[in-house]
Amino acid sequence: MTSTATPAARRVAWRPATVAQIIEETPTARTLVLDVQDWPGHRAGQHVDVRLTAEDGYQAQRSYSIASAPRDVALALTVERLEDGEISSYLCGDVRVGDRFELRGPVGGYFVWDVDDGGPLLLVAGGSGIVPLMAMLRHRASSVTDESTRRALPARLLYSSRRWSDVIYRDELERLVASDPTVQVTHTITREPPQDWTGFRRRIDRAMLVDVAWPPDERPRAYICGPTPLVETVASELAALGHEPAFIRTERFGPTGNP
Amino acid sequence: MALISRGFRGRRPDNATADRLPPGQYETKDFPVLSAGPTPRTSLAQWDFVLRDTDGVTVRWNWDEFSALPRTSLTTDIHCVTKWSKFGTRWEGVSVDTLVGEAAKRGVAATAYVMAMSDGGYTTNVPVADLTQGKGMIAFIYEGEPLDPEHGGPARLLVPHLYFWKSAKWVRELRFMQTDQAGFWESLGYHMYGDPWREQRYTGDP
Repeated sequence: MTSTATPAARRVAWRPATVAQIIEETPTARTLVLDVQDWPGHRAGQHVDVRLTAEDGYQAQRSYSIASAPRDVALALTVERLEDGEISSYLCGDVRVGDRFELRGPVGGYFVWDVDDGGPLLLVAGGSGIVPLMAMLRHRASSVTDESTRRALPARLLYSSRRWSDVIYRDELERLVASDPTVQVTHTITREPPQDWTGFRRRIDRAMLVDVAWPPDERPRAYICGPTPLVETVASELAALGHEPAFIRTERFGPTGNP
Repeated sequence: MALISRGFRGRRPDNATADRLPPGQYETKDFPVLSAGPTPRTSLAQWDFVLRDTDGVTVRWNWDEFSALPRTSLTTDIHCVTKWSKFGTRWEGVSVDTLVGEAAKRGVAATAYVMAMSDGGYTTNVPVADLTQGKGMIAFIYEGEPLDPEHGGPARLLVPHLYFWKSAKWVRELRFMQTDQAGFWESLGYHMYGDPWREQRYTGDP
């Protein structure tokens, strides 16, 4: 896991970003489609740092996962409004099309998936932890277009949300499943499932993973993103079920976590 | 010249807090968990700690021996590269000075850099000067309790004046190196040294 240092590498520069479009995803999450000068490109799963500056020069920074696929025309971030979120309350509130802030990235070289990394792809999300995983699904959809390659790279998403109305990208996920039989999406709704709900309605546990995940001998690449308790549970259970720890990659978010 | 974001006011910390916050950080009262993979769980019976020099000479302590070494304690602020800082965290463990001193007596030759090596394969590089003279410890008590596996237990490196990814969780070995080689995050775009006060987050930050 070590390599020779490359001290002369270029700095990850701050770049101006202009809000080009705002998509309301759920009552508490929105996508900001951005126009970024000289964006260098990214890999699915990476994040960016956002820096806001007030009129008197006060600055604050946070990290956000990139929602768009590498080949998408514009960079998109999906931001969830956190209670007392200094930055998210602005990005999910006052911000309008045409507003500007600074951004640097892409950052993070481990929680990434490229088509060349292979599959099967096992994605497990809690809440807005779906964002970097959606970038992977979008990357897969736009880069793998022929049937036989898709069948060789099947993807399963297990997505835990509190309410059906909290499910981010719900329509897009439905369209994706309808158009691509090699993608399977399983929701669990932990707090207020819809009245006619027949799916899972509990937190992700071992039995659910046995039901939904690939067996370990399929050697799936697992990416888990969500709040710490979900990530800890899923990563530990997958390891206990016999999945190789090196194939289990995790990322946390939360009011104080990343991104 | 920074670009002003229309309508952004922010929530300014008070002066005392602001003085303790490195640039780009905010204070949290929680203790967030960050790691790249599953939490390894090594039993204390299996656990040992090793210092290894560039010729492969080692000194090794099992858990009983290690926890019987002279202890040090420290109350310190910690700063994560993901932007949170936590003030006044209380740690107890064995100072790297103690370990390096013991190792020297047993023929382990020190160099200027170490690679901290952890269960689960995590690595991070640190200059030895940043770990000695009271600057670093192998911590196994946090706020008076044994360190949780989620936070790096049984023991983690603690080098609080650098970004917290340098404070390797689940650490098992310090391996001396002739030159400063990149560890796990350092080879994935993060800074080789990681001083929060100079905001050395990513490769290429001055």
